[in-house]
Amino acid sequence: MEGVSKIYPNTPRPAVNDVSLRIAPGELVALLGPSGCGKTTLLKMINRLYEPTSGKIWIDDTEVHDLKAPALRRRIGYVIQQTGLFPHLRIHDNIAVVPELLKWDKRRIEQRVDELLRLVGLPPEDYARRYPAQLSGGEQQRVGLARALAAEPTTMLMDEPFGALDAITRGRLQEELARIHRQFRQTILFVTHDIEEAVHLADKIVVMREGRVVQFDTPLEVVTRPANDFVADLVGAGDVLRRLSLVPVAAAVEPLSDGLAGTAPEISQGAFLRDALSRLVDSGADRLVVVDADGHPTGTLSLRGVQRAAAPPSMDDAGDAANPAAPAPAERG
Amino acid sequence: MEGVDLSYLTENWREVWSLTIDHIVLSLLALAIALPIALVLGVIAARVDWLTAPVLTFVGFLYTIPSLAFLAFLIPSQGLGQRPAIIVLVTYSQVFLVRNIAAGLRGVDPTILEAASGVGMTRWQQLRKVWFPLALPVIIAGIRTALLTIISIAAVAAWINAGGLGDLLFRGIGRSYPAMILAGVIAIVALAIVTDLLLRFLERLTPLARAQRATGR
Repeated sequence: MEGVSKIYPNTPRPAVNDVSLRIAPGELVALLGPSGCGKTTLLKMINRLYEPTSGKIWIDDTEVHDLKAPALRRRIGYVIQQTGLFPHLRIHDNIAVVPELLKWDKRRIEQRVDELLRLVGLPPEDYARRYPAQLSGGEQQRVGLARALAAEPTTMLMDEPFGALDAITRGRLQEELARIHRQFRQTILFVTHDIEEAVHLADKIVVMREGRVVQFDTPLEVVTRPANDFVADLVGAGDVLRRLSLVPVAAAVEPLSDGLAGTAPEISQGAFLRDALSRLVDSGADRLVVVDADGHPTGTLSLRGVQRAAAPPSMDDAGDAANPAAPAPAERG
Repeated sequence: MEGVDLSYLTENWREVWSLTIDHIVLSLLALAIALPIALVLGVIAARVDWLTAPVLTFVGFLYTIPSLAFLAFLIPSQGLGQRPAIIVLVTYSQVFLVRNIAAGLRGVDPTILEAASGVGMTRWQQLRKVWFPLALPVIIAGIRTALLTIISIAAVAAWINAGGLGDLLFRGIGRSYPAMILAGVIAIVALAIVTDLLLRFLERLTPLARAQRATGR
């Protein structure tokens, strides 16, 4: 997927201002920023719910304007916060919408709907014949996800998909999304204003502000090396606990020393420093053994290491990160 | 029972039945002409913000014209019979149809419409598969009110020889024949009640109404 440049002029400033991005196929990318930063506008220009004023967007080798908008959208999975399920259609028919638009034959649609309901953890025999309003918010969003996945899109757009859910449900659905993404490797762009969600789910984060991309990098880079004060504030430069919850264990890992494995408490490589800290405090140990997904030790983590990693990020201009209320300098050009 | 003389109804039920059929045909003809007009006006009123108020005000104004005056007004240009009657019926029904079509369409959650567009429906598919079905219960309620109004005003239109059950009323009055008037009244009321029930039933058959029943709302 290859985005080049698009401008969306509006009063009083462009909603999306000369953005160029190149997103690798199969990446899960978060568009992060405060409301009004242009992240949703950017997302909706990809499936042409909004038309860019200038610039081009490619998906694979197809410019989005080379296709008619409905044909384009049928190739792109689309999930929105309010689920957008059709209230007069049963769950089965909601999920079957895109395959039906694509004129799949009936047998194939039936199979696909069953498969998808299982994939998102809703047994078809219990759910297929129900109506959206009979489901909880979390279940509805699972159906929304299933509908978006229905025609096996290689690209998915998600507009604050979990924003309206309670913390527990949101966590579960985030895990589901991560699992589905690991399994099928779609290219996923999702809009969020929740930095934790972005860091925990995304391969790359696009930080946006006032229509411009401020930083486009891996979560680790964004958290440990924010491009400016704005990003630093966003990743909680002044709040140690917040930062710890965003920095992965991998960022503070030290080489494995002999004789420690098997005696010290373990922590997963994929965990965050906040988990590590609570494990350290909880166990009273001064070191943790870091293990990979198969349980093999790969390094150790000490309290000192956590402290080092939690130090405020280094910034190019060494700005005062402890002053979140400082008005941002205007970025006009 | 004194004053309730059903003799005309029982003795001339064939005539009453055939006038009822005429009444139904006249009413449905008027509805069939009124509905496409109202759909165009209603969709315009729902989609073009600045036209909403003018369109609704205009159809509301049409309804304020007294029906007898309207019929009399049409006689010089349209003569007598069904033609002027249908013009009057179509005009009066607009207010109910347009108002409910516009309200029904406007009442559909915009995020659902955006989702319909976002999954790749063409404009026509959006209207046919999502927008219209979701507005349908409100639209049918409008059709019900419109049709009841048409049925009652069609009775008055017998005054200009449009036929139908109003015939019994005007002839009965002219001949001071209460049993004939009563036959007309009973037939018109029965027709109105049946129409009302039928359309209420139709409302319950819409997909949205089914979904709402299943949800227990």
